Amino acid sequence: MRSTLLALGAGLMLSCSAAALAQSGDVAITNAWARATPGGAQTAAAYVTIEAASGDRLTGVSTPAAQQADLHSMTMDGSVMKMRQVDGIDLPAGKKVTLKPGGYHIMLTGLAQPLAAGQSFPLTLDFAKAGARQVTVSVQTVGAMGPAPQAGGESGNGMSMPGMDMPAHH
Amino acid sequence: MARSSKPKAAAPSFVLIATVFAGILVLVAGVLIGVAFRDQAKGVAGSALGAAIGGKFSLVDQNGNNVTDSDLKGKWQLVFFGYTHCPDVCPTALNDLSLALDQLGAKKSEVGIVFISVDPARDTPDVLKSYVESFGGPIEALTGPPDAVAEAAKDYKVFYAKHPRADGGYDMDHSALIYVMDPQGRFTAAFTPDDTSDTMAARLKKLVG
Repeated sequence: MRSTLLALGAGLMLSCSAAALAQSGDVAITNAWARATPGGAQTAAAYVTIEAASGDRLTGVSTPAAQQADLHSMTMDGSVMKMRQVDGIDLPAGKKVTLKPGGYHIMLTGLAQPLAAGQSFPLTLDFAKAGARQVTVSVQTVGAMGPAPQAGGESGNGMSMPGMDMPAHH
Repeated sequence: MARSSKPKAAAPSFVLIATVFAGILVLVAGVLIGVAFRDQAKGVAGSALGAAIGGKFSLVDQNGNNVTDSDLKGKWQLVFFGYTHCPDVCPTALNDLSLALDQLGAKKSEVGIVFISVDPARDTPDVLKSYVESFGGPIEALTGPPDAVAEAAKDYKVFYAKHPRADGGYDMDHSALIYVMDPQGRFTAAFTPDDTSDTMAARLKKLVG
């Protein structure tokens, strides 16, 4: 799981080529986003939506933004919240699988730096069949419950309002 | 004739008595179930469980000040147990609570948010201070020696346990209910992680008045 991409600075901003790559092959990855971290937090969660046309399995993740990236489930056992590392996430053929708050997430531990709204960072997803795919994760506000609005929305390019950590409505 | 008819007559009356008896049993059971559901409908607050949530504790806030349960009285308090290394449910809850309070208008000042760490080993007052400042709400973040935290969790019937990770780190399993305590420190209602900020705000408006 350890990142081999330890390139600093510039490495954090490879967006266009990554976005193109993400659509190639059998796996489509969209809406890669993360929440800005509250002050002092050393962990963060990132989320993506994946559709594997003929079925696949997400087996691992890595990013230069954190020392460690793992796939986690979040479940409620009665009123008790439990997070568990999982070996992989099955991607049934033709079905969109959405990692989101309250469900599966990509757990980032040991952040290289706090995640601030408006920033982005690269994330590599490893698939059993499609191999490694890189995407760009855009960082939303601290309390965001989903990715930024897509085209047509006021902040569709993901570059607006850098540094704004206001709570988001949902 | 009479001999043979007696058992015949006895059989229907036995059936009748048995039926009536069974009917009474069903009625009694129905009334009991009804009473049970009526009590349940009153909410947890009206039950023994409600009375048992909350209690005395002594912890330290994000500014290093000692805080006890009596310091929290005089305002409505939304009490949530969590930890800062929690990437999902804790920031969601604190953000939702902050947004819910924003909808209370003038009544906002009558409600506080209390975030009690179940991970005091990592959540020092300094760590908590910068953490809660990232949310909009007036959050009192509490931590303390492990036994003091355990005492507070016990008061609130909160379960928490360390769950080791393969990399040597750990996560915390923890109850994720948000308790609404009235200005006298009495348990009044609970929110779940599924409640949105709008739902919370609507319920708070009714409670705070």
